[in-house]
Amino acid sequence: MSIKKLSKIQPQSFEFSKDNLQKAEEEIKKYPKDRKASAVMALLYLAQNQNDNWIPLAGIKYVANLLGIPYIQVYEVTTFYSMFNLSPVGKYFVQVCTTTPCMLRGAKKIVDVCKKHISKNQNELSENKTCSWVEVECLGACANAPMMQINQDYFEDLDENKTEEIVQSLLKGKLPAPGSARNRKSTAPEKERKTLLQGKNA
Amino acid sequence: MLKDEDRIFKNLYNDLGWDIDSAINRGDWIHTKDLISKGKEWIIKEIKDSELRGRGGAGFPTGLKLSFAPKNVSTRPHYLVINADESEPGTCKDRDILRFEAQKLIEGCLITSYAIGAHTCYIYIRGEYVREGQRLQEAITQAYNKKFIGKNACDSGWDLDIHIHYGAGAYICGEETALLESLEGKKGLPRLKPPFPALVGLYGCPTIVNNVETIAVVPTILKRGAKWFASLGKPKNTGTKIFCISGDVNSPCNVEEEMGIPLKDLIEKHGGGVIGGWNNLQAVIPGGSSMPLLPKSICETITMDFDSLIKAKSGLGTAGVVVINKDHDIIKCIARIAKFYKHESCGQCTPCREGCGWMWRMLERMADGEGTHKEIDLLYDVTKQIEGHTICAFGEGSAWPVQGLIRHFRKEIEKRSHEEPLVKKKSNIPYLIDQHILEKDNA
Ligand SMILES: Cc1cc2nc3c(=O)[nH]c(=O)nc-3n(C[C@H](O)[C@H](O)[C@H](O)COP(=O)(O)O)c2cc1C
Ligand code: SF4
Ligand code: FES
Repeated sequence: MSIKKLSKIQPQSFEFSKDNLQKAEEEIKKYPKDRKASAVMALLYLAQNQNDNWIPLAGIKYVANLLGIPYIQVYEVTTFYSMFNLSPVGKYFVQVCTTTPCMLRGAKKIVDVCKKHISKNQNELSENKTCSWVEVECLGACANAPMMQINQDYFEDLDENKTEEIVQSLLKGKLPAPGSARNRKSTAPEKERKTLLQGKNA
Repeated sequence: MLKDEDRIFKNLYNDLGWDIDSAINRGDWIHTKDLISKGKEWIIKEIKDSELRGRGGAGFPTGLKLSFAPKNVSTRPHYLVINADESEPGTCKDRDILRFEAQKLIEGCLITSYAIGAHTCYIYIRGEYVREGQRLQEAITQAYNKKFIGKNACDSGWDLDIHIHYGAGAYICGEETALLESLEGKKGLPRLKPPFPALVGLYGCPTIVNNVETIAVVPTILKRGAKWFASLGKPKNTGTKIFCISGDVNSPCNVEEEMGIPLKDLIEKHGGGVIGGWNNLQAVIPGGSSMPLLPKSICETITMDFDSLIKAKSGLGTAGVVVINKDHDIIKCIARIAKFYKHESCGQCTPCREGCGWMWRMLERMADGEGTHKEIDLLYDVTKQIEGHTICAFGEGSAWPVQGLIRHFRKEIEKRSHEEPLVKKKSNIPYLIDQHILEKDNA
């Protein structure tokens, strides 16, 4: 379970843009007619994307109304799942994995770079208000450790210098190209690959 | 070493292209209609004969699971749910299937759905895998466009719709009943079993939940034959498996290998060896964070299959191999895993909710040399109070790594701990777990 802080500043109202309303309807259609509640997570994502990556209370109410389910049910969903933000995060939201496989390969150094260049504490906006960072649990890319996620993209095979470059670029308002910092091919071994050799140079 | 021709996932590293035409070139979607026309019983029997066991962690025989779905569809529809939550630390194999071999999964979804009588299949993918989800959606759309799925899929007469459902950052949603709760739009709290999902699952309907890798190997098994699959590996531990090698190796990677491959081969041949050499090896977690670690002495000879690892008091789990060398503090490594479980417990069962916190705090103190000898037994006792006393297997998953540490590295903890229990000194440390003993009322 994650601990959530509600933003003190809340917009008065929220509604989906036309585009998002249409997307919401498509999401609802994935589920049986009397099971609209199933779309709640998808709709919360839409709300979060529309609102600078965090969900205001008005958004929670709006989603509840749209699905015809109790406000409290939507509220508990937002607090249960760690990916729903209930207060503002940076435009560039950096999530550093620090679980054991990443820890073994130097995740702490990545955290230190974030502390030094973004903000001293997690969940705090950088001085220029564009970035924030947070430590997270395994992101399912352990063969490319250490790694971090920035908004929707994975940045893998990091080291201190590469991370610093990436963070500096974010602070200047530019999202660098995602993927392996060493241009490694997905999860293939970098040295002495012994399998799938036919395709290797294809 | 497994021959390249016997590897199921030829595009594991995306050498050959992920798109549907490249996939067809590799043999996906060929003879699908013929396979379906052989009937449900044949499909399920082939899977049983192949001795395929679930790749999601528990290793349950897949053919048997499929046969649990009611034979005839009543008023309640049947569902196939694919578990793509992949959150077990050390595991990153399903991600490669979703990105590079999605057609194998989709074809597997069609065949399996047909076999269990489902017309709807949900793929539950972890929320962080945004790009993988987008890729999978493209692959699904391509399959729809070719009429491989949808109405009268592959001209088989069977209708199938496949939908993606994103999670939102909760490890517990990988547990199959929590996953179903989440799919229903609720918090991911595991359900009491029985009833099992095969009879009462999604929306109270019969539901089969399987891991991505499990379903993605189904088409190849049917095409090349159960005999072929069963000829790889060992009896009851058959076929190939994607291993994820991470941690202190020179070349971390994912690799598909034969079940039962010696762990040492896996690390030396594919992982480029332990950093600092084999003699610098301290321990290996063989199957994702939930599985007890193995000390170097066992790593010398152990083979990577379900039954051998159970005999060594560990497990194959998800086959996420985490290598830890002597440059790292083993207590700290397990303490970090304990922190993971503390963070991810859903909180329904008291032993799990409280116990995970206890284990984490005690291990952190032990790593910092603030533990006492007596506390080692206490810690073990806590793990025993969690194990077997909870709604879901998360309890075991959190307790086993700690038990593994105590089993194999007790000396290391003792070396660092005080002889004298802190309690005797009557020091008032608010977070001390046995603080209550100090209080007269409890004495
Ligand atoms: C806490 C917990 C987390 C789990 N996480 C996953 C997961 O991320 N992916 C997965 O496939 N199975 C996971 N499982 C196992 C599932 O409950 C279930 O056994 C599996 O999806 C069945 O598929 P299989 O028979 O194909 O292995 C988890 C189990 C537990 C107890
Ligand atoms: S064992 Fe833990 S994770 Fe599983 S239901 Fe109980 S509290 Fe939740
Ligand atoms: S531990 Fe960092 S991605 Fe798995």
